[in-house]
Amino acid sequence: MIELKNISKVFTTKDGSIEALKNVSLTIPDGDIFGVIGLSGAGKSTLVRCINMLERPSSGSVVIDGTDLGSLSEKQLRSVRSQVTMIFQGFNLLLQKNCLKNVCFPLELAGVKKSEARQRAQELLELVGLGDKAKAYPSQLSGGQQQRVAIARALATKPKILLCDEATSALDPTTTNSILELISDINRKLGITVVVITHQMNVVERICRHVAIIDDGEVAEQGEVTQVFSQPVSAAAKQLVYPDGISDITANAAQDEHILRVVFNGAEAAKTPLIAMLAQQKGIAANIAYASTKSIGNKAYGSMILSVRSKAELTEAVGYMNSIKDITAQEVTANE
Amino acid sequence: MSEFFDSPEFQEAWEIFRTQFPLAAWETVYVTVVSTFFAIVIGLPLGVLLVTGEKGGIRPLPSPLLKLLNWIINILRSVPFLILMILVIPLTRALTGTAIGTTACIVPLTAAAFPFAARLAESSLREVSPETVEMAQSMGASPLKIITKVLIPESKPSLISNATIAITTVLGYSAMSGIIGGGGLGKIAINYGYYRYKYLVMIIAVVLLIIIVQLFQTVGTMLAKKTDKRLKRT
Repeated sequence: MIELKNISKVFTTKDGSIEALKNVSLTIPDGDIFGVIGLSGAGKSTLVRCINMLERPSSGSVVIDGTDLGSLSEKQLRSVRSQVTMIFQGFNLLLQKNCLKNVCFPLELAGVKKSEARQRAQELLELVGLGDKAKAYPSQLSGGQQQRVAIARALATKPKILLCDEATSALDPTTTNSILELISDINRKLGITVVVITHQMNVVERICRHVAIIDDGEVAEQGEVTQVFSQPVSAAAKQLVYPDGISDITANAAQDEHILRVVFNGAEAAKTPLIAMLAQQKGIAANIAYASTKSIGNKAYGSMILSVRSKAELTEAVGYMNSIKDITAQEVTANE
Repeated sequence: MSEFFDSPEFQEAWEIFRTQFPLAAWETVYVTVVSTFFAIVIGLPLGVLLVTGEKGGIRPLPSPLLKLLNWIINILRSVPFLILMILVIPLTRALTGTAIGTTACIVPLTAAAFPFAARLAESSLREVSPETVEMAQSMGASPLKIITKVLIPESKPSLISNATIAITTVLGYSAMSGIIGGGGLGKIAINYGYYRYKYLVMIIAVVLLIIIVQLFQTVGTMLAKKTDKRLKRT
C-alpha cells in the first residue's frame, strides 16, 4: 500500500518559489491501477517522483508498506527503488545497449549474476512480446516496442509497484492501446500495483480503477473512476470530463433535460448504430451534446454525452447502454 | 624532374629522411600517444566531476570546489603551450630527471592536454540526456554506477571522437616541443628547416605530420561510427 500523507513540494527558483504540490494525501491500495490525471503543469510528474523519492517532498511523508521513505538513507532508498520501478514518456532506454542488455541493467545494479540476469531478461522480453528482439538496438525499434522493452526492464527486479509517467503520451492510439493492455495484463498476472500518470482521459478510463485529479498542485477529486467521471464535482474534473469548453452543458440543460455519459471501452460499436437503435428499440430520441470517440482496430473508444427528455427515459437509456458489452453509461449530475 | 632528384639538395634531404625520419616519426607517435593517454587518464575523471559535481548533478560538489576546478582548467588552457613548457620544467625534471628529450616532453604535453581533455569529456558526457540519468536513478543506481554504467558507455562514440580531436591537437603540440628539446618530426622540421634553411627536409617532416594526423583522424572517426549503436537501422 502506498500512502502519501500531506505532501508538499516547493521549488525555489531565481524568480521566487513555486509550490508544485500542496498538501496532497492519497492512499493507493495493493494491486490497484491508480490513475493520476491533470493538465500539464498540474504537478502530477512531481507527485509520481515523490513516490520513489526522486524528488524529496518539502513536507509530508511517503509510506510504502509501512516504511516511511523519508526516514531512509540514500543507500536504503536505492534498494527500495528496485521495488518501485518506473517507465517514462521518452522510454529512456540505453541507446548504446541492445534490448537484452537494457533489461539486464537493473539486474546488474542489483548484483545478479550475469548468466542469471540474461536468462531473466530473455523471459521478460518474451513476456512483453519481443523475444526475438533481444539483440536489436533501441534505434531499430518503434516507439511502442521501445516502451515494451522499458516495461520489461522495469519488471526485471520483480517490483511491487510500477510507476508510469505519461508512458503512452508519445505513442499513437493503436500503440497506446496495446501498451495499456500490456500494463493491465501485468497488473492482473503479477499483481503489481500500478500508478499511471497521464493527461489523457481515455488512458484512465481504459485501465484505472481509481483516479485522483490533480489541479494546480492539489488533489481536486479522487475516487473510483466511474464515480468521479460520472459525477464530477470540481472544476478540474468537469474540464476533463467535458472538454472543448462545454463544461456547462449540464448547467445550461433545460429543466426537464437529463444528461447521461456513455463510455466506449473497446466496444464493437463501430459497427453498431447505437443512437438509432436506442430510438428504434426503446423509442428514445437522444440528443448528442458532445461526442469524442475513435475507432481503434474496429473497436470504439471514447465518450459521448447525451441528453434525453425525462427521468424515465434516462433510466431506460442507461440500462440499455449498460447491457451492451464494453459500453458503460451513467447519469451525470454535476450540479449538486 | 630527374634533375630535381639528382640535385644535391634532394640527395641530402633523402639521406636525412632515410637515416633520421623513421626514428623521428616513431618518437612523434610515441610521445603523442603516451601524452594523450595520460591526458585522458587525468582529464576524463575531471570531466566527470565537472558534470556530476554541478548543482543538480548526480553528486554535487561544494560550489567553491567546483569553481576552483573550473578556474584551474581555464587557466591551464589559456597559457600558451610554449610558455607552459617552460613553466613546467621543474616538474618535468622531478618526474623524468631531465628537461629535454623525447620522454621529457611527455610531461608538458600532458600538462597542456589534460585540461583540454577534461573539457572535451565534459561536453561528451553532457550529451547523455538527463532523462536517461533519471531512469538510472529510478532503478536505484548509485552515482558511481551511473558514471560507469550510463554516462561513460552512453557517450562512448562522442568520447572517442573527442579523444581523436585531443590526439591530433597533442600531435601539433608535440611538433612545437621540438623548439625546446622535444624529439620527433617537429625537432627535425625546426632544426633543418628553421635553423639551416633546408626547406625540403622541413616540408617532408610536415607532410609526414599531415599523414599521421590523417591516420589518427580516420581511425578515430571509424571507431566512433562503429561503436555508435544509435546509427543502427533495420
